Amino acid sequence: MSLLSGDLPRSRILSLLLLAVLVGLAFAPFLFGGAQPINTAAKVCVFILLVASYDLLIGYSGIVSFAHTMFFGIGGYGVGLALYYGTATWPVALGGLAAALVTGVLLAFAIGLFSLRVRALFYAMITLAVASAFAVLASQLSAFTGGEDGRSFRVPDALRPGTKFLDAPLFGVDVNGRLLAYYIVFLTVLALFLLLLRIVNSPFGRVLQAIRENEFRAEALGYRVVRYRVAANCIAAALAVVAGGLNALWLRYTGPDTTLSFTIMMDILLMVVIGGMGTLYGSVLGATLFVVAQNYLQKLMGSAAQALEATPLLARLVDPDRWLLWLGVLFVLSVYFFPTGIVGRLRSGRQAR
Amino acid sequence: MTDATASPPTIPRRRLDAWPLVLVPALALVALPLVGSPTSWVTLTVAGLAMGMMIFVVASGLTLIFGLMDVLNFGHGAFIAVGAYVALSALGPLAPWLASGDPVQTVLALLTAAAVAMVVTGALGLVFERVIVRPVYGNHLKQILITMGGLIVAEQLIRVIWGADQKPMPLPAGLRGGIMLGDVAVEKFRLLAVGVGLAVFAAMTLVLNRTKLGLLIRAGVENGEMVEALGYRIRRLFVGVFVAGSALAGLGGTLWALYRETLTADIGGEVMVLVFIVIIIGGLGSVGGCFIGAILVALTANYVGYLAPKLALVSNIALMVAVLMWRPNGLWPVSKR
Repeated sequence: MSLLSGDLPRSRILSLLLLAVLVGLAFAPFLFGGAQPINTAAKVCVFILLVASYDLLIGYSGIVSFAHTMFFGIGGYGVGLALYYGTATWPVALGGLAAALVTGVLLAFAIGLFSLRVRALFYAMITLAVASAFAVLASQLSAFTGGEDGRSFRVPDALRPGTKFLDAPLFGVDVNGRLLAYYIVFLTVLALFLLLLRIVNSPFGRVLQAIRENEFRAEALGYRVVRYRVAANCIAAALAVVAGGLNALWLRYTGPDTTLSFTIMMDILLMVVIGGMGTLYGSVLGATLFVVAQNYLQKLMGSAAQALEATPLLARLVDPDRWLLWLGVLFVLSVYFFPTGIVGRLRSGRQAR
Repeated sequence: MTDATASPPTIPRRRLDAWPLVLVPALALVALPLVGSPTSWVTLTVAGLAMGMMIFVVASGLTLIFGLMDVLNFGHGAFIAVGAYVALSALGPLAPWLASGDPVQTVLALLTAAAVAMVVTGALGLVFERVIVRPVYGNHLKQILITMGGLIVAEQLIRVIWGADQKPMPLPAGLRGGIMLGDVAVEKFRLLAVGVGLAVFAAMTLVLNRTKLGLLIRAGVENGEMVEALGYRIRRLFVGVFVAGSALAGLGGTLWALYRETLTADIGGEVMVLVFIVIIIGGLGSVGGCFIGAILVALTANYVGYLAPKLALVSNIALMVAVLMWRPNGLWPVSKR
């Protein structure tokens, strides 16, 4: 219980779902064979961390930031470029991550100190502008960052698929560098998620929620609102940087489309809202559901589009490239009807009984 | 104080805060020695003014909506894109007018297309206000989220209707080329854009300052409850301003598409970044600030784009930071919220 910082799921179905996600991710390489499911599982892990750190901002502190992908990107480019220009060793990768962490936190600090004094709307607009400028900068400095193509790089020896740790497969799975890489991603995310749970249930987290509910009153009680907000901003940025680093390490590639693009920011927003804002468990469910749906919904829409080929407009509506349309509709509907997301629904269902 | 019969001269006038006005010529003068040659400086300045006008047309609607309704519509970009696409479609049947190369017919055709675009985006604004925005008045977090959702859906619907690929939107033959003023070549289209922008600014200033409707809108910006208590239906004002703002976005989208000469569905999002910077610089809700802000942003972007092309977008952020350091709420903040 102390592992969960006293913040229990408080709903039987929710507990079961979370357990299923945990077991599924913990044993993903053994439960689902093949490369595709493991890639999906790694992506789920990375996004759980990313979305949970975003939830610290939007859900717990009431700060709407559109720059979260920027920090994700800083992490990705930090690790990626370090390994691209340096040797493929652990110190280089960790050095890149450290540099990215310093950059990200300083940037978050500067943006926060500068614009968190004013209202939420200002912050949303400023972060949107800064993030898009950063994305443009990253793709324009192509000599350094690889531009639109990004950079593929070599990871440390221990993480390469060719590295075998055991001669015989374990439960039918090769114990190789990829498996180690997956577990590094999984365990880091698990540890940081528990840390985040600790943070939001600490007195610090309470103050954040108080500020979200009534900034004026929190200030009157003697809390320095700006300090708390800037601190939350920096923590969220640092975690996003780590998520970006893990993502780059897993993909062995970093580029604007996988880290900085606005589509990813939209994805994060959707995951937070669908899962449930203001509860970290929501980000677990949101991220899992979204990433899995992203992979399988498109296939479903593809077959629907083929079935509807006779009616051109309808067929174009369900074209696999248009899946964002349906997610957008889902997003709007869930903001209206389920503002508390899946987790909020499950919990309130329990209270009603 | 509120006695309507009081003679006008006794009403205390707010002192005009002129410092922001100085910024524009100051910026242009600072750029002159940096750019070097006077001819390229004039070209850059005129181009910057034209771009500023286009951004102003787009941003003015947004800032007005924000000032009156306290709604920040992230979906404004969708209206820009829809306006551009509708204008493109409307120009199809008007092709013979454009092909004639006669300036009058060309401008007429463009005006028709822009009018169609404005009607469509205005109508869309009406629907958007009712379906998307109305349920979330007063809740900023939800507003941001839901208008963002509206933006995604609208952008995807554009791709469904007009196709996902890039579309050419060639500048009509009648507007190609430039006019020589001495040594300086000024593109005709830029002149048109400056004209449209000035007309919109003049019309907005007149309506806001010289009509009863404008009085009500300004009063609504200052204190909506009071206006309502005096018996005016502020809801209707809201809807009217929202529709007008959306129609302006449609006009701006038309201009922007002609300027870019290509159309993609994410054109709106791209302009929105500039628009946000502009209304933050100008002060949320202020039309005059928005005008100054748009010109400042466009001039900076043009000068920096000429001097150090890679820094163009970053320069806008720097400008925003500089302005906010000086005036944390923008040049001419209107709302005290």
